[in-house]
Amino acid sequence: MDYLTLIQLLDSTVRLATPLLLACLAGLFSERAGIFDIGLEGKMLAAAFFSAAVASITGDVWIGLLAGIAASLVLSALHGIASITFRGNQLISGVAINFLAAGMTVLIAQSWFKQGGRTPSLVGGARFEGITLPGAEAIADVPIVGPLYAELISGHSILVYMALAAVPLTWWLLYRTRFGLRLRAVGENPASVDTAGISVVGLRYAAVAICGVLCGIAGAYLSTALQAGFVKDMSAGRGFIALAALIFAKWRPWYALWATLLFGLFGALETRPDVIEAVIGMKVQGQLMGALPYIMTVVILAGFVGKAIPPRAGGEPYVKER
Amino acid sequence: MDVMPKWAEVVLVPLISLLLAAIISALVILAIGEDPVAAVKLMVAGALGSTYGWGYTLYYATNFMFTGLAVAIAFHARLFNIGGEGQAMLGGLGVAFACLYIPWPHWTLALLGAALMAGLFGAIWAAIPAWLQVKRGSHIVITTIMFNFIAAALLNYMLVNIMRPKGQMDPASAKFPDATHLPTLHELLAPLGIEFSKAAPANVSFLVAIAACFGLWLLIWRTRLGYEIRAYGHSESAAKYAGISPFKITMITMIISGALAGLMATNNVMGEAERLVLNSTEGAGFIGIAVALMGRSHPVGVFIAAILFGFLYQGGAELALWTSIPRELIVVIQALVILFTGALDNMVRMPLERVFLAIRRSRRAGATD
Repeated sequence: MDYLTLIQLLDSTVRLATPLLLACLAGLFSERAGIFDIGLEGKMLAAAFFSAAVASITGDVWIGLLAGIAASLVLSALHGIASITFRGNQLISGVAINFLAAGMTVLIAQSWFKQGGRTPSLVGGARFEGITLPGAEAIADVPIVGPLYAELISGHSILVYMALAAVPLTWWLLYRTRFGLRLRAVGENPASVDTAGISVVGLRYAAVAICGVLCGIAGAYLSTALQAGFVKDMSAGRGFIALAALIFAKWRPWYALWATLLFGLFGALETRPDVIEAVIGMKVQGQLMGALPYIMTVVILAGFVGKAIPPRAGGEPYVKER
Repeated sequence: MDVMPKWAEVVLVPLISLLLAAIISALVILAIGEDPVAAVKLMVAGALGSTYGWGYTLYYATNFMFTGLAVAIAFHARLFNIGGEGQAMLGGLGVAFACLYIPWPHWTLALLGAALMAGLFGAIWAAIPAWLQVKRGSHIVITTIMFNFIAAALLNYMLVNIMRPKGQMDPASAKFPDATHLPTLHELLAPLGIEFSKAAPANVSFLVAIAACFGLWLLIWRTRLGYEIRAYGHSESAAKYAGISPFKITMITMIISGALAGLMATNNVMGEAERLVLNSTEGAGFIGIAVALMGRSHPVGVFIAAILFGFLYQGGAELALWTSIPRELIVVIQALVILFTGALDNMVRMPLERVFLAIRRSRRAGATD
């Protein structure tokens, strides 16, 4: 494998890891506050559709992004009402949200665009284009560093850089602010937060809302940056891979970056079987590469390689003592 | 003492939840510019207006009965088996092995053998997450979700690389031998002088599904094991104190659950397609969740809910054929049913409980006067 192939491989790794990273951080906020969210997939899908649809109608991708975030927030609110206010089963609510998004996106797409459940292809300002970082063209011909900077670091859409910036931001918010401390506490021991006179319900709604915003950006990235338009079921299980990455990362922001990059690499390798064969000297089935994130998650969750311990109050509705 | 009388718990709450789901579905149809009344009429005519329609409705209902029962028994032990889809895929693999590689003399024996293999494969696929939950503490919901994806990859690998006959392009197994053909309802009812559509896929496994409903009722409410499962579901600590082993109950419940989901393959793989294809489960494993929630995890409820979803599926297909409403409408309805009967259960229950409490108080006040 030559150097340029490696750069290309890492480049598509970053592209594929971005939606996973955003969704993974989304899940991190929600689950750290004690709200399980298996509806990441549905929120991403809804955001993917609405951002592509609104971007294609208005011709402005930024308005599309806002629409995507709004759609994701609506589903987040639904999850919040079901699991926080009415203390319903968070897992069942997540399942419902996934199906609601899968059905509604196609239904609305067919009603609005009549193109068999897809949006028109996005062109020009209706899409996030890659940004060429300053100096990328100038040093592109320099050996080693040139391709690294010009191909791998430069040339991604703004959302990729936003996702990368979200990692330290999440870390700072969770571990260096009062809000973060409270958020983590509400996922471990909500009664103690309540005793301190802080609203458990308010904190959990805030966490679920942040989750909605991040899922919205992840979905918008799928349909307006990674691809040019919405197609049916385009999230394609990414919400679940993000969930897997979250467990893999043991609910921590920096680990989430490495986990999603690793799973992004698997995704990139799936399309390049020739590279795997060249490196390890034998053929690996594409299906095995595709299933690897899930298999690794099962192994990690079972504690065979390091133990992943979820937030203690996760999945349980909080009932104030009476 | 329960706040609500039993009939309200069993009938009123699910009925109101369903009504809410139906109202919102109607609003969705209105919003996309179609007429909900005409849509319902078309669905009824298409799904129940002919033996052909009934044949499809009952075919889908058979699938949903198996997956619904699978989710329901897990609910009794307070386990959420979201992996019915993967378990049904593995069941399909089991059916394919049994039908392709064993020369069966008659369909009755073939059905028995295939059902055993389907149940075994499904049970294994559910037993691993169950074991991981009890022994290693991994959450069964996450593990079963992951196992759905692993099952899909495994099935894809088996069909593309191993089971596909030479020279065939599409990823599917060879056609099963004729001896494994299950009699359709047409063939079963013809000797009795009842005309039933020849083209519809409903087959003898519908009767197997009904038997499974009855069997599960016996198990849950008439056996010691069923009592232990329910006790464990109500309170793990109390069950432990009574000497019930969490390991044993979790394993047995999930094995039965997985076997039931796997059994679905006798209907869709053996009864309908007569070969193993990719995506033969068509999401029936997930519909099992809606069916079990709507049926309140009771076999009779599951039976009724499965027929209703069978009707929705066949009716939805007819809608997609004759109007511009896509088939995904059914996915929306399914989501709303899960939402209202499952996640938002308390939204319906809390106000109802208040009403019943008020009635009881006013009665008591009347009695003391």
